[in-house]
Amino acid sequence: MIAVGERINGMFSDVKKAIKERNPGAIHDLARRQTEAGASYLDVNVGPGIADQVEAMKWLVSEIQEVSKTPVSIDSQKIEVAKAGLEAASAPALINSCKSLEVLNEWVDLALKHNSSLVCLTIDKRGIPQDIDTRMELAASIVGTALERGLEPSRLFIDPILFPVNVDQKQPSYLLEVCRQITYISDPPPHIICGLSNLSQGTKERGLINRAYLTMALPAGLDSAVMDVLDNDLMDAAITTEMLLNKQIYSDAFLKAARS
Amino acid sequence: MEIPSVAEKWSGKVGEVTIGATKDEGGTREKVVKVGGAACVPGMDFEGNVGNKPVIAMEVLDTAPEGWPDSLMEHYKDVVNDPAKWAEKCVKEFGAELICLKLDGVHPDKGNKSPDDAAKTVRSVLESVGVPLIIWGCEDPEKDNEVMPKVSEAAKGEKCLLSCATQDNYKTITAVCLADGHNLVTQAPVDVNIQKQVNILVTDIGFPVDRLVMFQTAGALGYGIEYVYSIQERERLAALSGDKWLSLPVLTNVGYESWRAKEAKAADSEAPGWGLAKERGLLWETITATTLIQSGVDIIRMLHPTAIKSVKQYIDDLYGNNNA
Repeated sequence: MIAVGERINGMFSDVKKAIKERNPGAIHDLARRQTEAGASYLDVNVGPGIADQVEAMKWLVSEIQEVSKTPVSIDSQKIEVAKAGLEAASAPALINSCKSLEVLNEWVDLALKHNSSLVCLTIDKRGIPQDIDTRMELAASIVGTALERGLEPSRLFIDPILFPVNVDQKQPSYLLEVCRQITYISDPPPHIICGLSNLSQGTKERGLINRAYLTMALPAGLDSAVMDVLDNDLMDAAITTEMLLNKQIYSDAFLKAARS
Repeated sequence: MEIPSVAEKWSGKVGEVTIGATKDEGGTREKVVKVGGAACVPGMDFEGNVGNKPVIAMEVLDTAPEGWPDSLMEHYKDVVNDPAKWAEKCVKEFGAELICLKLDGVHPDKGNKSPDDAAKTVRSVLESVGVPLIIWGCEDPEKDNEVMPKVSEAAKGEKCLLSCATQDNYKTITAVCLADGHNLVTQAPVDVNIQKQVNILVTDIGFPVDRLVMFQTAGALGYGIEYVYSIQERERLAALSGDKWLSLPVLTNVGYESWRAKEAKAADSEAPGWGLAKERGLLWETITATTLIQSGVDIIRMLHPTAIKSVKQYIDDLYGNNNA
């Protein structure tokens, strides 16, 4: 699966402090550790409460690239911040994310210009859908628009939005059905991504909830998640699920093989 | 209406391994052989670079072979007691690009030659021919652990391909290949999971992945070829899909396996309805080779000169005359 390491985010106090002081130590450490843990992308989010987000994004991306070759995921819904991150990125990045169907054209063009992949949330002016059908309608529109403008499904990530389980307990199983249906939208289908840690916000047993859900969602078609790659049990569960789904060839050292 | 392309898009590619070293590279070979590099399955050049053409390694034994039928022996009977001359004949007469020297005679049950004898044989073959060399142990793990270090040292700098590392016996040969700059064969018993594991084990102790070649003990036509084919195909598809632990060139042992088959070696008097022994054996070897080539192999160990000629022609037809 495509594991996007979530840890370089200004929501975390160590990252926020590092950004404010422009002290790269903590950023280098997180970039290195997430890379070693097997991240496919390193998510970069300057977080709220930072005065100059454009400069902060540029600084974070260049510091990450000092110590890691793992491509970055530019996490901002402000297009000027995303642009700054993409310009600083030395390898094709993931843009995370286009937050509404109404502005999709602009974001697809940005992805095309920077040879990047793009995450699109299934949201439009009506807001975040709560049901399966509206999510599917939006997913289909996103794929259609992206294809028309020349962005291949292999570079498109649909995020059908995962709510915390303690907010609406029906949603996790709705999402599984959405994953199953998205795989039929196009051939090849787009990637399906979710913000996995969202699911367990405000709960006890966060690690267990994330882990159990990931092993359910991968067989349903999810192939990517913004997640805590430093959670070793979570990564082991993902790798084992993929091996059991025959997506990776078994060897006695399969856990290690998948990380290197 | 535009017909959509059905071509697969592969994300991975088989690694490339160079066998042999010229004078400039610290060896004495006249030329080197490059294997691997495929970015598509064989014959599907519209999906990616086909890589280097599969190459045939002509087999030379360090001791006179036993049990070979006349139809095979007649080509080598003047040289079977001299591996250097045998190798020379393969190159000069049959156009071999690569020699596989099998150290059969060091096996405790087949002559039990000493490590020093084996090293001497290796030197004599290296001196008699300018093509790169594969050096194959006797497949007795204990004896190989005594012999291969000597052999490796005797061929130091020549960038040979040495065989083989297995899941249960890999440390000695991996260490000597690493020290003496050779390439290494990793072997698994028709098992993709074990193959992947051996590859991980040898790279774990520092062996570079771009000097490894994989070998699944082969099976000839009529003797499990479908199973070997499916395992090798699975390896190749995994490589093309980006599994770096299986993205290595593949070697297969067609000659030995084919000529073990009773259909290949039975004399005319034993099998009157099977066609002439003279043609039967070499056809068995040819068909085994051409079948396995389609599963994705890079080095084919073979025996019969006429079968080799046919298979070379087949490779040229499949890959075109220009190498990639």
